[in-house]
Amino acid sequence: MRIPILKLHNYLLISIQTEIDDNTAIQFQEDLLNKIHETGAIGVVIDLTSVEIIDSFIAKVLGDVVTMSDLMGAKVVLTGIQPAVAVTLIDLGIHLRNVPTALDLEQGLMKLHQELGE
Amino acid sequence: MSLQSCVTIQKEWDIVGARQVGRDIAKKIGFGTVDQARIATAISELARNIYLYAGNGKICFEVIDNLDQKGMCIKAIDTGPGIQDIGLVMEDGFSTSGGLGAGLPGVKRLMDEFSITSDKDKGTNITTIKWVR
Repeated sequence: MRIPILKLHNYLLISIQTEIDDNTAIQFQEDLLNKIHETGAIGVVIDLTSVEIIDSFIAKVLGDVVTMSDLMGAKVVLTGIQPAVAVTLIDLGIHLRNVPTALDLEQGLMKLHQELGE
Repeated sequence: MSLQSCVTIQKEWDIVGARQVGRDIAKKIGFGTVDQARIATAISELARNIYLYAGNGKICFEVIDNLDQKGMCIKAIDTGPGIQDIGLVMEDGFSTSGGLGAGLPGVKRLMDEFSITSDKDKGTNITTIKWVR
């Protein structure tokens, strides 16, 4: 199973709509980095509105992909984290402190615009 | 007490299977969405531990229906190498697999009751309960 990555001008948009297993998450990490490399994208929004659970593994993969993309020069914003997901992440002790987030896709794109000074 | 159902954990995809079954049961018993997410996440952590460290095991679900209290009991049973130092794995940030080390202490916080027994070369048994509020 592959998570589709859409290109919009200088940005990449991802909406995770399926239950993510470990392999899908790792595959997505690779696909996103390759896509950044191919397209020269400077900003990425990963929308998690439809994601019902994020466990420690998925959280690590998401946190890592933000750092990895940053190393390549692309800014990532995670959007749409559900209330129940936010609660369970904190219960797990996962704070994702260095990960930029926004309420929804629209605000995520605005955040990228501001940060990248476009 | 009602009957128990189990999901075998052997493949990576079984982690997803177990948490889906668990979430469905939690929903049926009447847990709210946040507790459903807590339960599903706890199952995911327990199942991943079995997959990563024991290779083979099962997650069992049991509905507890007492007069005064309703809840869900989740058992993670494996016949793997066992945990050498339980105190250590219950510390936040301890991991032998390069993960976040949030697993077991995280499960303890997500659930209401938590107990663990482990015998070297025989396996690990974790029992955990969430009560409906």
